[in-house]
Amino acid sequence: MNRRLLLLVPFAGVVAAGAGFFAMLKRETEGTFDPRGVPSMLIGKRVPPFALPGDPGFTAADLTGKPILVNFFASWCVPCVEEADMLLALQRTGVPIYGIAYKDKAPATAAFLERHGNPYARLGHDEPGLVAIDWGVTGVPETYLIDKDGTVRWRWVGPLTAEAVTGSLEPLLRQYA
Amino acid sequence: MRHRLFVAVLAGGLMLGGAAWAIGDPSEALPNPAQEARAVAIGQQLRCLVCQNESIEDSGADLARDLRRLVRQQVAAGQSDEQVVQWLVARYGNFVRLSPPFEWSTVLLWGSPVLAVLVGGGIALFARQRRPAAPAPLDGAEQARLGSLLDT
Repeated sequence: MNRRLLLLVPFAGVVAAGAGFFAMLKRETEGTFDPRGVPSMLIGKRVPPFALPGDPGFTAADLTGKPILVNFFASWCVPCVEEADMLLALQRTGVPIYGIAYKDKAPATAAFLERHGNPYARLGHDEPGLVAIDWGVTGVPETYLIDKDGTVRWRWVGPLTAEAVTGSLEPLLRQYA
Repeated sequence: MRHRLFVAVLAGGLMLGGAAWAIGDPSEALPNPAQEARAVAIGQQLRCLVCQNESIEDSGADLARDLRRLVRQQVAAGQSDEQVVQWLVARYGNFVRLSPPFEWSTVLLWGSPVLAVLVGGGIALFARQRRPAAPAPLDGAEQARLGSLLDT
């Protein structure tokens, strides 16, 4: 009898592995898991010091006082076009969004915002891309939620989706309001 | 003789190819060859965050080029290898190391070769013990029967 039960061991192993892979794929389609994702080192930490030029640009000190979304984008970035409407919708609900133009020329950025709408309360130019490296950005777009104390609470890699906004961002905005 | 020449040419070609591979753009290299060699050695341990299976030394991505430049700036500024790597780990986490450190979350990763040997050894031992005993030698009647069968 014991021998028979032993036969079930590989079977149970296969079932467990299958369940694991199924859960992984499900979370991947939902967007809550990315096998290529690089976890952010900034969550729970203060924004690294920086000062970005612009008109007037902004510094790390400007990211305090209220919850602020910081969005890294570029005029050459296709997924940034995809999330443009989402950012505009967020801006209309009263969330301040600060934009950081990554490796982009100022006239190209201006043309991009002219064409796809400008959701940004403030705009900083990171043409060398060094501030982005300090934040651990691996590509554009990336979006960060900074609470009123200047602590990073959330990061989203890639274009903002409706699920990301309603599922993660909105609860956090309420929590840190 | 010709064979040896062929091998020499092939080896030379591979070596040259390797040298060209390590640095895409010679203007990126540090003027001090010892520092440049250190920068290359550091860069080869760091993952390009864009094309994730390449080191920043091998990758053609913009971000990898920026990181190569930052590594070289820090090497030139007299930072130790570990300080340079730590600087990047602080930004991108241990994921940026192509060879992850041994810690709780990587126990299975580093332990899997040992585990594989243990499991394989266990299976081999088990199989050995279960191997059926060698058959008994043929007795006289069987020998006679075998002989008669072979004779026909």
